[in-house]
Amino acid sequence: MYAFEYHRPQTLSGAAADLAKPDAKALAGGMTLLPTMKQRLASPAALIDLKNVQELTGIAREGDSLVIGAMTRHAEVARSKDVETAIPALASLAGLIGDPHVRNMGTIGGSLANNDPAADYPAAALALGATIVTDKRRIEAKDFFTGLFETALEPGELITKVSFPIPQKAAYMKFRNPASRYAMVGVFVAKTAAGVRVAVTGAGSSGVFRAEPFEAALNTNFSPSALEGVSVPASGLNSDIHADADYRAHLIGVMARRAVEAAA
Amino acid sequence: MGVTALGASVKRTEDIRFITGKGHYVDDVNRHGQAFACFLRSPHAHATIDRIDFSAALKAPGVVAVFTGDDIAADKVGGLICGWMIHSKDGSPMKAGAHPALAQGKVRYVGDHVAVVIADTYAQARDAAEKIEVQYTELPAVADTASAAKSGQAQIHDAAPGNTVYNWHLGDKAATDAAFAAAKHVTKLDLVNNRLIPNPMEPRAAVGDYDSGTDTITLYTTSQNPHVARLVLSAFIGLAPEHKLRVIAPDVGGGFGSKIFIYAEETVCAWAAKKIDRPVKWTSDRTEAFLSDAHGRDHVTHAELALDAGGKITGLRVHTIANLGAYLSTFASSVPTYLYGTLLSGQYNIPNIYCEVDAVYTNTAPVDAYRGAGRPEAAFVIERMVEVAARETGRDPAEFRRTNFVTAFPHQTPVIMAYDAGDFPKALDKALALADYKGLPARKAASAAKGKLRGIGISAYIEACGIAPSAAVGSLGAGVGLWESAEVRVNPIGTVEVLTGSHSHGQGHETTFAQLVSSRLGIPMENVSIVHGDTDKVQMGMGTYGSRSGAVGMSAIFKALDKIEAKAKKVAGHCLEASEGDIEFKDGKFTVKGTDKSIDFGSVALQAYVAHKFNGQELEPGLKESAFWDPTNFTFPAGVHICELEIDPQTGAVTIDRWTAVDDFGKLINPMIVEGQVHGGIAQGVGQALLEGAHYDNDGQLLTASFMDYCMPRADNLPSFKIETIETVCPSNPLGIKGCGEAGAIASPPAVINALTDALGHEEVAMPATPQVVWRAAQKTMMKRAAE
Amino acid sequence: MVHVSMAVNGRPASADVDSRTLLVQFLRENLRLTGTHVGCDTSQCGACVVHVDGRAIKSCTVLAASCEGAQVTTIEGLATGGKLHPMQQAFQDNHGLQCGFCTPGMIMASVDLVNRLGPSLDEATIRHGLEGNICRCTGYHNIVKSIVQGAREMGAAATPQAAE
Repeated sequence: MYAFEYHRPQTLSGAAADLAKPDAKALAGGMTLLPTMKQRLASPAALIDLKNVQELTGIAREGDSLVIGAMTRHAEVARSKDVETAIPALASLAGLIGDPHVRNMGTIGGSLANNDPAADYPAAALALGATIVTDKRRIEAKDFFTGLFETALEPGELITKVSFPIPQKAAYMKFRNPASRYAMVGVFVAKTAAGVRVAVTGAGSSGVFRAEPFEAALNTNFSPSALEGVSVPASGLNSDIHADADYRAHLIGVMARRAVEAAA
Repeated sequence: MGVTALGASVKRTEDIRFITGKGHYVDDVNRHGQAFACFLRSPHAHATIDRIDFSAALKAPGVVAVFTGDDIAADKVGGLICGWMIHSKDGSPMKAGAHPALAQGKVRYVGDHVAVVIADTYAQARDAAEKIEVQYTELPAVADTASAAKSGQAQIHDAAPGNTVYNWHLGDKAATDAAFAAAKHVTKLDLVNNRLIPNPMEPRAAVGDYDSGTDTITLYTTSQNPHVARLVLSAFIGLAPEHKLRVIAPDVGGGFGSKIFIYAEETVCAWAAKKIDRPVKWTSDRTEAFLSDAHGRDHVTHAELALDAGGKITGLRVHTIANLGAYLSTFASSVPTYLYGTLLSGQYNIPNIYCEVDAVYTNTAPVDAYRGAGRPEAAFVIERMVEVAARETGRDPAEFRRTNFVTAFPHQTPVIMAYDAGDFPKALDKALALADYKGLPARKAASAAKGKLRGIGISAYIEACGIAPSAAVGSLGAGVGLWESAEVRVNPIGTVEVLTGSHSHGQGHETTFAQLVSSRLGIPMENVSIVHGDTDKVQMGMGTYGSRSGAVGMSAIFKALDKIEAKAKKVAGHCLEASEGDIEFKDGKFTVKGTDKSIDFGSVALQAYVAHKFNGQELEPGLKESAFWDPTNFTFPAGVHICELEIDPQTGAVTIDRWTAVDDFGKLINPMIVEGQVHGGIAQGVGQALLEGAHYDNDGQLLTASFMDYCMPRADNLPSFKIETIETVCPSNPLGIKGCGEAGAIASPPAVINALTDALGHEEVAMPATPQVVWRAAQKTMMKRAAE
Repeated sequence: MVHVSMAVNGRPASADVDSRTLLVQFLRENLRLTGTHVGCDTSQCGACVVHVDGRAIKSCTVLAASCEGAQVTTIEGLATGGKLHPMQQAFQDNHGLQCGFCTPGMIMASVDLVNRLGPSLDEATIRHGLEGNICRCTGYHNIVKSIVQGAREMGAAATPQAAE
């Protein structure tokens, strides 16, 4: 790691003030940021450790939504009774992230802000039509993810919580990269009053995306059989040593069918 | 506190320090005033170094020194060596390029060592390394094994035209060609033995420490063979004479071959410690380990098997291109030759074998021995060939093997090895029964009903271990003898220290070696300590690799114990006022034959040292003996592994459902430890077959340079294993031991691939058979089945 | 530099450290608790697992500064009163280790697994629970056996074990 200044604000306003420092970066769970810094691929001048900011924690049912504080750890989401009751698919997704030790540190806010193309939460946020709440505004998931590791967040803007509308049915299926265990393909299927949304992570060359052909088919008939013969084009999907675009396109179909089966 | 017998599964005594966090690995060594080294490594696979400007690095905070290859050369420190001379078929010696510890004028792989920065802290050294400006001129690179020797490729070493190190061969070409001409059936297969990265969990590390008062260098290093390291660093690299160079390999966190070799980093740390008169410490991070630890395997092979009408194998023809990387590592040249070609006969009676190996340089990390070293590659060739030959000729693969097994011993193969003992049909029968081979069709049907493909794969492997008779390996080009040493020191109160040249880095020597002493001298294991890994304590040794510590290392201890017993009988004779010839030693007691006059071992030890009961001019006081054991043959562990797995054809995911192994390791000292060795070997072999593969792109960049991309076997990739043994006693050592460390890694890759291709209706798959690879093959299988 | 203070294995520990100091570096270099190991740079191998405030984490991927005020338990703090923790004993009893390098992290992860999921663990749960720990020696067979025993004995013990 390169040297940096370390700050540990106690309040949201304190965090905002610290983040205004030149080249400051928020440290949430650190599960991506710290390894990146260890490899000297990132060199923030200051790290603003959010661990003590109480305003960023907590899981609550608010009307038809489930609201999760940005600093909520994956392990907390995975074992939360509120999440399990409201959106079991989200609890299940959280329990599939990384490994037990990573889940004890990694946070939902950090995952969304980082927008790793193989991260799991972006698929849930997009499929469920979540609202990402920051210290400045509310951003719809469809407007939030803007490209690989890119989001609509402005410099210094901090996610405070994420609000997930509760779907009628949902499920997440993930096929892991055998080495990293990140999603090689992850498909989140959600059936909501407004229709079906299918979001895909791990596969898109510009990050998480919606599989519209699948959505159209499932809006007519929410069953695995509706997806027979429907596919996502391989163009625009990642190719790497683990999986080429054709294989990923195929896996998206398989994972989508299995997700619908699990949700139905 | 009783005596522990050979063959008892006693718990390991060394475990206590490991489970309580008190292990002592090289990175745990801290010397007063130590500085830290960071190596600047080449980002290019092939380039000339036109200029190195480290003036800014020298001025960076905490920096003590920056050295390049010029500094090492100026001190007349030599390059790294390859200690096994191979001759090409035309009789010419292998063509080896120089291997400087720090590059001189040229870099030849990504990760090659360009300079070293030494600073007060590691962070400072790394910060400063980034300030070094190196001007490179990039050259075209070659990373691909199969095409490295083709014309038009970049030339890596001037000394090796066509990037060819040697064109070696073994066997009788004319006789083999004649066998093929007369064959009823010929099976042909192209096989790639994928390149692996060993990845012991402890990364390599070194601490060099110089004492100017005695002009002595001490090197703490992660080594499987500290004495060989000292020999090479002293006699060949010229760091210091042996009596002024101490090498200590304390607890070492796994090796699997990769810590046999003498590397640039440890050489530089030892040299620089003297240069700056301050301890110098280096610990590899995992990325450096991926880039610069010696890799394993990497063969491209075409093989042909000739059968007669009755299904007897009449000939085997093999051509292999072996990638040795950018430089010849310490034993690189021996791996694809005498550790490979000599095992191609497998468990089979094959009258004619001819093997050619072209060894090539590429712009990749050096390749050397990795668990099994040559023998997994041989087993993969022969076990894939017999499997496919059986299928092609409509024979049951198990019965086809049985038809061709060697059944009479000793058996001289056409490729040097003389198998001394074994019972191949017995292992096969037992394994087939344990695996419920007969029940397979029902299980296949059950899988098919779930939309899954099930397959079974047999691997009947043999290996040559306990390496090896010194004169024999000398005649094959080895630069050293491969005996082992032991010294047994009995203390006056009867406790025992055993100094061994073997080195334990997970094998449990502190337990098994103590078991041998306990059973032999009739004293509790608690009274025995095993000393290893320090050249100042143990005089000389050859180290641990090639499953040799039991067969060779323990045989040396056995021989030293013979001498202890003989000497102690003399002392006991004086104590009991009987002649030496009338003394019997049993259960820790010396007894005068036919009487009840006896004295226990501890009392004899005391009498040996107080020397009151005998004339010190006629019998030397003390009780300490040493021995060197030079084996008379290789040992030949063999067995049958059976893998049964299920494929999800929709995703290509593979689940290993059951694993059965029946191994013949000769006599077992500690079955619990033996089984553990087999488990670990299987995991590494399954890793090779399904998960692991080092992947360089065409520019020589390593794409699998972390655990993010190089897939290590995890707990949920594997089942629990069913492991049993049979025993045919090894005739070439006093304990009857064959060795067990590498068997699992040798046996398992063909078992997995044979199972996969069985499930896939004989559709071939390459290793590692990742989900993508298996899915593609499964598509073809499903289409074929749909068409049928 | 930042000042950090925490309790490690029940003892107070504090120092002024470079802000980039990782918890594992603080443990190994400042406190000379070298039982916690570093086996990779990408937070995957798990050789560095310790418990912070009762939860298993990878100490190579957390800043020492972030552990201000925390209760940290390392492998050195697992045995109490000269008696091995049941999970440590189980690893020895079942030959759950060979070279020993991954072992401290493996044992800390195993204790955490039982703390989370209770003493009756089936093989599949254990294998899945070891996702964050890599062993190169044992093939995991005996690690799984060790955890089955360790879990059972942790369950049998009257008092909660470690990291509470």
